[in-house]
Amino acid sequence: MKTTTQESFLAGQGMARRSFLRFAGASAVAAGLMTSISSCKKNDGTDFQPVDIGSGDLAVLNYAYALEQLEAAFYTQVISNPYNGISADERALLTEIRDHEVIHREFFKKALGSNAIPELTPNFSAINFSDRANVLGAAKTFEDLGVAAYNGVGYMIQTVDYLVLAGKIVSVEARHAALIRNLLGLNFADSTILDMNTGLEKSQTPAQVIPQANAFLQGFKISAPGLGA
Amino acid sequence: MDILNLFNDIQAADPEFADRISPRRAAIKNITSFGSKVAVAALPFAFGTLFKKAYGQTATSSVNDVLNFALTAELVEATFYNTAVARATAGTLAIPTNDLNAIKLIQADENNHVTFLRSVLTSANESAANKARSTAAIPAGTFSTSYDYSGAAKGVPGAGPFSAVFTNYDIFLAVSQAFEDTGVRAYKGQAGFLKGNQVVLTAALNIHSVEARHAAYIRRLRATRAGAPANFRSWVTGDGTTASGITVTAAATAATNPIYANEATTAQAGAELSGIAGAKAATEAFDEILSTNDTLAILTNFVK
Repeated sequence: MKTTTQESFLAGQGMARRSFLRFAGASAVAAGLMTSISSCKKNDGTDFQPVDIGSGDLAVLNYAYALEQLEAAFYTQVISNPYNGISADERALLTEIRDHEVIHREFFKKALGSNAIPELTPNFSAINFSDRANVLGAAKTFEDLGVAAYNGVGYMIQTVDYLVLAGKIVSVEARHAALIRNLLGLNFADSTILDMNTGLEKSQTPAQVIPQANAFLQGFKISAPGLGA
Repeated sequence: MDILNLFNDIQAADPEFADRISPRRAAIKNITSFGSKVAVAALPFAFGTLFKKAYGQTATSSVNDVLNFALTAELVEATFYNTAVARATAGTLAIPTNDLNAIKLIQADENNHVTFLRSVLTSANESAANKARSTAAIPAGTFSTSYDYSGAAKGVPGAGPFSAVFTNYDIFLAVSQAFEDTGVRAYKGQAGFLKGNQVVLTAALNIHSVEARHAAYIRRLRATRAGAPANFRSWVTGDGTTASGITVTAAATAATNPIYANEATTAQAGAELSGIAGAKAATEAFDEILSTNDTLAILTNFVK
């Protein structure tokens, strides 16, 4: 199941490489999934069965990969089609966020190698890209959702290295979320995402997150029975 | 933190869970504290222990250690903001009205984190050092026996590199950023010890992301102040003063540079990422971890 790319990517980090090898069973799931994808597509190409992202750490990594694909595609469109009246400061900030999300996406793609789910096709028709409040509101949604998703899936990660990597990424997503909220004239958090009694972020399970992500996808949707969704 | 739901969730995720925790299993029999003796408030911790036994992992004291470590950091932060808001109310620290809402929400978060961590730890497991630390605002003209927010915990009280912390708003923001960015990296450094522990790990992650929101917002407030470094961001670029934007004095830089050690890395899990969108973005896209010892080395300037 390993490609040359994956082999070299994982070379020199014994822990992660062994862990990937340990998921040979999960790789078989992914292999089956690739087959089922091609077989489930109707001739007219309009009907797609959801992509089952498998189980174990591979499922978590693919889950993150799916969310990062959405975020990267969103900010790519924001920068290529900036909203009316965008300031130089906002353009610079959103460009940097785009770069972070593209790096996250490419990182997961590389780490997953042949176990990666297909590239997803976003559907941002609900977003008015020419309107500042609409775009920044959507950015807030994506960032808050990303943070809640990483927090909610962390305990399912079996390999410490992956847990740490998820932790390295989620705090950057939280930084984005706080900055976007500042641009909107809001505080860094409110009761929609923060438990005001404990000061803890409200994490979300994959079962809660996936329908929200799927709303922004056309073609393949995501399903994750291995993560309880 | 609904323990009963948790049990159902676990059984849904692992049909063999009930069997794993059967009292007939030798590993489970040894958990003498589990059962009628365990207090409701201690349940999350008991569950952590139960998990380790049920899944055959090495039982360690690290969950308690992690929680005490986190509590120390939260006590430092809660007292810091309690003092700042008291000084702002007294008119001796000029926090702009618009910023004060954010500072007060951070204050509430940090105090809630203290309360939450204490409820999870229970009094029996809280370290004596933490028990001795109060979160009461430090009155002007006095010195705390627990903290020195000037950064002089090892020297003359109040005479550290941030001696104006509660009179100069820019200095206050710099110290606030130092604590929040430290918190983000410190929590991350503990995550591995809590792997697989749904209750405690998820709680730690849900505090960790709030600390990151604090850090980002404080950095944004700094970025919009007069005289802010150019292109100073809510995320961390590179290391040293590029990352901190703290250059008031050499001593201040020396105290805060360790917070950003290793942040200039552009590779993750053995993969060089600077080819994707440049080296600068590659340093920013991932926040690095701080080990327990590195965190303590930073906090030692502020905690007695």
